[in-house]
Amino acid sequence: MSVFVDEKTKVIVQGLTGSQGKFHGLRNKAYGTQVVGGVTPGKGGQDVEGVPVFDSCAEAVKATGADASFVAVPPKAAPGAILDAAEAGIPFIVCITEGIPAQDEARVFNTLARDFPGTRLLGPNCPGIISPGKCNIGITPGEIALAGGPVGIVSRSGTLTYQALYELKQKGIGVTTCVGIGGDPVPGTSFIDCLQAFEADPDTKAVIMFGEIGGSAEEEAAQFIAKEMSKPVVAYVAGVTAPPGKKMGHAGAIISGSKGTAQAKMDALRAAGVQVGLNPTEAGDLMAEVVKSL
Amino acid sequence: MDLFEYQGKQYFARFGIPVSPGGVADTVDEAVAQADKAGYPVVVKAQVQVGGRGKAGGIKLAANADEVRTHASNILGMDIKGHVVRRLWVEHASDIAKEFYASFTLDRSAKKHLGMLSAQGGVEIEQVAEENPDAIAKLHIDPVDGLTEDAARAWVAEARLDPQATEGTVDILLKLYRCYVDGDADLVEINPLILTPEGKVHALDAKVTLDDNASFRHPEWDEFRGLQVMDPRDELAHEKGLQYVGLEGDVGIIANGAGLAMSTCDVVNQVGGQPANFLDIGGGASAQVMADALEVINSDENVKAIFINIFGGITRGEEVANGIVQALEQVELRAPIVIRLDGTNAEEGRAILAPHLSDRLQSKPTMLEAAREAVALASASVPERNAGGSK
Repeated sequence: MSVFVDEKTKVIVQGLTGSQGKFHGLRNKAYGTQVVGGVTPGKGGQDVEGVPVFDSCAEAVKATGADASFVAVPPKAAPGAILDAAEAGIPFIVCITEGIPAQDEARVFNTLARDFPGTRLLGPNCPGIISPGKCNIGITPGEIALAGGPVGIVSRSGTLTYQALYELKQKGIGVTTCVGIGGDPVPGTSFIDCLQAFEADPDTKAVIMFGEIGGSAEEEAAQFIAKEMSKPVVAYVAGVTAPPGKKMGHAGAIISGSKGTAQAKMDALRAAGVQVGLNPTEAGDLMAEVVKSL
Repeated sequence: MDLFEYQGKQYFARFGIPVSPGGVADTVDEAVAQADKAGYPVVVKAQVQVGGRGKAGGIKLAANADEVRTHASNILGMDIKGHVVRRLWVEHASDIAKEFYASFTLDRSAKKHLGMLSAQGGVEIEQVAEENPDAIAKLHIDPVDGLTEDAARAWVAEARLDPQATEGTVDILLKLYRCYVDGDADLVEINPLILTPEGKVHALDAKVTLDDNASFRHPEWDEFRGLQVMDPRDELAHEKGLQYVGLEGDVGIIANGAGLAMSTCDVVNQVGGQPANFLDIGGGASAQVMADALEVINSDENVKAIFINIFGGITRGEEVANGIVQALEQVELRAPIVIRLDGTNAEEGRAILAPHLSDRLQSKPTMLEAAREAVALASASVPERNAGGSK
């Protein structure tokens, strides 16, 4: 099994007629994902290499029965696109858009929580989700993921998500689902949401988690792991060498005062019984040991 | 983007938040002119983005033009914790009856806005939070609902401010919230927010951090930009639209994605090297962006080796490779490059690089191997530099 998405998931791509949406939407389709349509307001009736384009999510859902959306539109348009998908009743929305203003992100998150409690938003500013061999939504290069399990991956950073998949593939370890939650201050889906889903998934036997400096999401995850997780967790936290007070690219990756340092996060995770690697490769090695002992 | 105090006050004024009358001065004469306009006594304040200005002698009270002249000439050019004072803010000095604290920021755990209000202003809020947490009235605000007048009033009551300050504070909080939301700030903070003996409430300081992601809808922010004092490396990177943070070491880092860039710095550190910088070329970088990134790294004299670590997702390997080839043709690179390229179209990228590989451009299969090679190259170049005494 996998979490959040599988081979039955039907995906529409919002922004399919744009360059990023087209490249990655068609790549997802080529991977085997059921990409059933695209949405670009004003371009309904066209098609992109055989994939029909609709004016709105509601029309796309009606025509295709889509139950997931891939939002690949610029920052100005992304909040509206996410809400359009939620209003159309789509339960799972993946938004890869980088650079959405924090005020918009906070408003969208709270609007979804209040008016669309059945909708899960993954991202924004995330690489997406891949259940290897079944479904790939977003920008993850599918060929670096080995299907099957027994490991679930959750990561804040996009490229570190690929690094995690790659480290496991090098060791011949398969993945049930790999979720990139994104590095923005208000991610729609948290570490805890993913850990909870992996804990409930019978095919996932262990979880690898990649965090980074800033905020307290890793510390909160550590508390959850200590209390609720029976499955082993291996972690890595990026940003040991990051200086305080400077944003390290991600809007969320900033050490403010004494809070949010990599060291504090690693300490919290270790205290929760998590094995912590000092670099992605070491985390991969630790996971290989865990998998051997399962 | 962090604003200077005077910029923060100008930003506050746009939202109707009362601040003391005053103006900026870059010279002693300008300071006197601003003081004459504001009315004596005045406060002469160093404009630097660092705490502890007062203790360092960067904030002085002046009763007349002569005193303004003395203080302004002392403060201009003063070095406060490595920040040289180039600009002053001169404002009418206020009589203070009470000092409060007010701020809005995002509480990332609660995923709501967080307002903090305290009757104990004028000191570091972290200190208040530690010593007397009950002295801070916290209010979580749902971004969909916003801050209502009733909620603001109840909040002010909870903070137990001087009753005389209630009306003025409610008004300022509502305006400060608009400044935070409509003004697209990550943080707005007034410390101190003062009550005067006449019963007026106004902002005596202004700390504002703007959300760079929102700059597309704030053309007026451009006027804040030119005045930010930046490391020349940061400046070039900013011009090129790259995410760059200058560090102290000698291994130049280029990676795609913030997490991978941070991780690359960490790995260089672990194998015994020191990163010269953090540089994230972002997602979907073109060949030009890669060439720009190399130009920025090349402008750093400390760089002895360059480590390019790319794991393509939205970024395509052939674009990265073309950018490197372009940079090799356009600029004389001061240091050898070690690259690790994986992910989307990595094969194509490696094929483009193959004919250019040499001891100045090496390709390594893993992040760790590439880091070791880059660190070895950087340390190998050190004795040569010491012996030769050249650059």
